[in-house]
Amino acid sequence: MIKESILSSNTARARKVVAAGDYWMDIVRKGETFRILDLEGNQAADTLFFNADDPHERYSACDTIREQGNVFITAGTVLMSDLCRPMLTVTADTVGRHDTLGGACASESNTVRYALEKFSMHACRDSFLLAVAENEQFGLDKRDIAHNINFFMNVPVTAEGGLTFADGLSAPGKYVEMRAEMNVIVLISNCPQLNNPCNAYNPTPVEVLIWNAGA
Amino acid sequence: MSASIHADTLTSGKHWSFVLRRHTRLRLTDIDGGANVGMLFYNPQNLTERYNAPDTLKCQHTFRLTAGHCLYSDMGRIFCSIVTDTHGWHDTVCGSATKTIVAAKWGEATYQTHRNERHQNGLDSFLVEAAKYGMKRRDLAANVNWFSKIAVNETGRIAFDAAAAKAGAMVELRFEMDTLVLFHSCPHPLDPSPTYPKKSIGFEVFEGPAADQTDACRLSAPENGRGYENNRIFHACGCH
Repeated sequence: MIKESILSSNTARARKVVAAGDYWMDIVRKGETFRILDLEGNQAADTLFFNADDPHERYSACDTIREQGNVFITAGTVLMSDLCRPMLTVTADTVGRHDTLGGACASESNTVRYALEKFSMHACRDSFLLAVAENEQFGLDKRDIAHNINFFMNVPVTAEGGLTFADGLSAPGKYVEMRAEMNVIVLISNCPQLNNPCNAYNPTPVEVLIWNAGA
Repeated sequence: MSASIHADTLTSGKHWSFVLRRHTRLRLTDIDGGANVGMLFYNPQNLTERYNAPDTLKCQHTFRLTAGHCLYSDMGRIFCSIVTDTHGWHDTVCGSATKTIVAAKWGEATYQTHRNERHQNGLDSFLVEAAKYGMKRRDLAANVNWFSKIAVNETGRIAFDAAAAKAGAMVELRFEMDTLVLFHSCPHPLDPSPTYPKKSIGFEVFEGPAADQTDACRLSAPENGRGYENNRIFHACGCH
């Protein structure tokens, strides 16, 4: 569902451009609003959430899909944790749908998907692992890296049960915005994938914006 | 040809686990029709290597699991392949029911009042089996729900297809590396049954041949050929 934001980027308390292949990890407090802006279009922002007060509670694609009865993430979706508790609510979305079935790229899955020779190329899972290694204060490790959201990716399911990686619905300037329902750690890997036409083989930056509660 | 090693049944709401050696097979049977088997897979030598539903789906461009598919770890290796399936569509995105979900759908039935007929849930079952190997909730992942069909329409809406259930439906897995298997016979979280489903499952472990070069799972997608090659490298380098 397309829904525009009521917030102006001029009033954001924080703004950060995240280059392709980098990660961004920070805390968004309960009541704050968080936006990911697709600066150049059809970029994939692979995103994980953790409860900042108990980081071993994390975003769960299964709980989110099951509780809303839909595989797509869009305005109105409540992002659920593995304890089936609301973590964030999507409050605006100018894309229409986002994927949470396909997971992140990894060096190892790249060998299966594309070619064995791709094993040494940069991948989202490497960014996730570096992020948890460089941020030991959160007490996270590989076990906490689960099934993420791919903001700006379009992955429809066919009636026969097939999974298709369709042309993106995103474009330069489109965004998705969500309100934190608990204190959350946000971890984004801005996807470095060079083997998939989803981003026209050209990974590009995204921007992250945060507004105070009540903004 | 195929010597049986161990066979048993689980009535509804029970859980169990074991390590299966490479090339052994596991046959699951939905005895009554309408059962659900929740299942998770780990590398017993490195428990952080676990079943990865997103990689399994995207590597094979599928949402449903059925014969010909391989179940991948997060390390690009194949835990097991689905060599036979008379059901046709198994779920791996809806996760497990919790105590709260079960109580809301079917009412509470505690051990005090119902003994082993209590309304056990999939999450607690996985937590108990995982703990036997030193694992916790953070070690769980999106699980397979054998014998449960979840259809998706063009708007992304999901629906549990109760008509897909068949008494006697069978799925047979061939293990491609040593694998720790956790499983339970608790109901699928979206099962529309008005009462707590009382469905038994059969399971049998037996010997069988390894996948040859013309194996249907190996050839079902070029991706799976590469997955088998990753397993070959893993074993050739000394990991069992």
